[in-house]
Amino acid sequence: MINSFKKNIKGIVIEGITLVSALLIIAIVIIMLLVIFIGGKDTLSWEFLTSFPTEGMTKGGIFPALYGTALLVIIMSIAAVPFGTITAIYLTEYAKENSIIAKTIRFAVRTLAVIPSIIYGLFGLGFFIKFVGAHIDGAFFGGELRWGQPNLLWASLTMSLLTLPVVIVSVEESLKTVPQDLRAASLALGATKWQTIRKVVLPGSISGIMTGTILAVSRGAGEVAPILFTGAAYYLATLPGLSDQFMVLGYHIYVLTTQSANVDQTLPIQFGTTCVLLLLTFVLNMTAVILRYRIRKKKNR
Amino acid sequence: MTKKNKVKTSQTRGEDIQPSVHIDITRKRFRIGDFLAEKIIKGVAFLSITIIVLIFFFVFREAFPIFNTSKEIIKPATEQAKADTQETYGAVTDGDSKVKPNEINGAVSDTSAKKDVQETYGDVTDKQENPEQNGVQKANSSAITAKSTSTYTVSAGSGTDDNQSALKTMLSKEWVPVSEKPRYGILALIIGTFKITLISLLFAAPLAILAALYTAEFANKRMKEIIKPTIELLAGFPSVVIGFFALMVLATFLQNVFHYSTRLNSFVGGIAMGIAAIPIIFTITEDALTAVPRSFNEASLALGASKWQTAFFVILPAATPGIFAAILLGIGRVFGETMIALMATGNAALMDLNPFESVRTLAATIGAEMAEVVFGDTHYNVLFLIGSLLFVFTFVLNAIAEFYVKGKLMKRIQGK
Repeated sequence: MINSFKKNIKGIVIEGITLVSALLIIAIVIIMLLVIFIGGKDTLSWEFLTSFPTEGMTKGGIFPALYGTALLVIIMSIAAVPFGTITAIYLTEYAKENSIIAKTIRFAVRTLAVIPSIIYGLFGLGFFIKFVGAHIDGAFFGGELRWGQPNLLWASLTMSLLTLPVVIVSVEESLKTVPQDLRAASLALGATKWQTIRKVVLPGSISGIMTGTILAVSRGAGEVAPILFTGAAYYLATLPGLSDQFMVLGYHIYVLTTQSANVDQTLPIQFGTTCVLLLLTFVLNMTAVILRYRIRKKKNR
Repeated sequence: MTKKNKVKTSQTRGEDIQPSVHIDITRKRFRIGDFLAEKIIKGVAFLSITIIVLIFFFVFREAFPIFNTSKEIIKPATEQAKADTQETYGAVTDGDSKVKPNEINGAVSDTSAKKDVQETYGDVTDKQENPEQNGVQKANSSAITAKSTSTYTVSAGSGTDDNQSALKTMLSKEWVPVSEKPRYGILALIIGTFKITLISLLFAAPLAILAALYTAEFANKRMKEIIKPTIELLAGFPSVVIGFFALMVLATFLQNVFHYSTRLNSFVGGIAMGIAAIPIIFTITEDALTAVPRSFNEASLALGASKWQTAFFVILPAATPGIFAAILLGIGRVFGETMIALMATGNAALMDLNPFESVRTLAATIGAEMAEVVFGDTHYNVLFLIGSLLFVFTFVLNAIAEFYVKGKLMKRIQGK
């Protein structure tokens, strides 16, 4: 009796330790959210979001950074989502589960997911700017420096490589939830494989593609390392085009906190910008999480 | 007709039903579309493999010039007479046959190019060091000097000359890339990176693994529905936000608790990176724990073990390979983390094992210095070399996690 009681206490203590670590993680998340929201809520206003920085970036808003972030994620999605979706279709519909090709592609996708983001930055610099861009300049602009320098396009494409695995994984997951019966029924009615994919499988997994896109956008909006030297700029007085450098929320935070001369003066702006970025990714991630839980429910049903 | 049908069906892998004659005409067109679609999809699917190969190629390509003279270095390194050999090699690597026999000319193209490179840093000291030499020899062979300032190839030649000393200093203790005599002591950076990785793992791994154990074994459904989305949210936190939090709040808080002198140090950075690594470790550990068959659990409970005994002595050991993989990928994440390292570690390349001193990690070095570096310069190549180091390291970590660990996990769970 006493023995089992002792055992019980030990069990409670050990279970308690695991519970405490789980709660600690939740606490960290909540503290981070609270600190940043409380710090930034006074700065947040419509004006802050829609005006340009003024007085050497110590006052004013973050509109160009928001604009740059939006352009970045849009171009990035245009590049990443179709390719990611097609790769996922290949993996689930065409490739045999254990073929060497499928295994290699899966390994490549997972590797892409774990490569440090700074390496993508280096790759963007070495490939897009110094190789592709420089060659375009040489071929079409007679060596004039136009595309062979950091700009929005190259930064977006670099970012799309980084977010490609995010899209692939979530689309693949949702493609798997489309019941095999539906495919069989479609084929039995005389549809070809491609027709089946286009008319049956893809519509059934549209929520997965959306989840993938949202996650990719949230990731792309928050990453700074890949665009450090492929296009992000400290301050620009005008809104950027494709071949210009651009301002981004994440880089704005980094610059204001570490590179700026008057860190204390810009503290409200720093908190405000971080708050905007966090809110953005927070809302996007929440949507993705809810969508994904729905997909998983569908799978289990 | 039947022969044709056979050919067509084999194209679509015979998964179609044998078509009747009258819809055959309409289907013929679609099958071309089908064929093209399959080819295109297959082609695009190889993109991810292509990207990896391209990353390998282009990151290494930019790092490669460092090794250009590596074979020739070994000889002069043993001999000394450094100044002389530098001159000759500057000339030889120029690849200019006219310059080759004339050592002085080589030296000119050498020093002036060097000056160009360093001027862009705003470094004046070099000019003061050898103004005479420069001035006299410039007059001697102005043609070559002009060439060295205008063309890329010659300055690359000077780059390879720098590379000799660059490679030599690679194992030294100092990382001073921007100076009159640049030293690229990667060792300090590597030690800094490992130090910070260790700290963050000591913080994140136990926390994440225990939390995963709780979620997988003890938590009821409601707790699970709180914990898992929270972790996913944490995974979605941009690293620059975590870096900002560490810089603004965590650093001050920890300094008040532990009373150390340097506000930004490897301890703060390690904790912040740990926060970033928690979701990865948690998710993979939890996957591994839930992958352990239910029969293990039932058997253990049936033998009279309590719930926590089952969790700790049956489930946890069965999932060790998965947890190992989780830790490996956590290491990969911390190793390559740039923004947090840039913002919260102090960024001083010190060779010091004290956790309360500033460090500079490999990734942060690339992030901080790449924007200011001259393209094609030795410093540029060294940064790319660091990049390839990081890339190879994470690639290998991922490969180990993928093949070795997963194979082992499968074997263990299937009881082989």
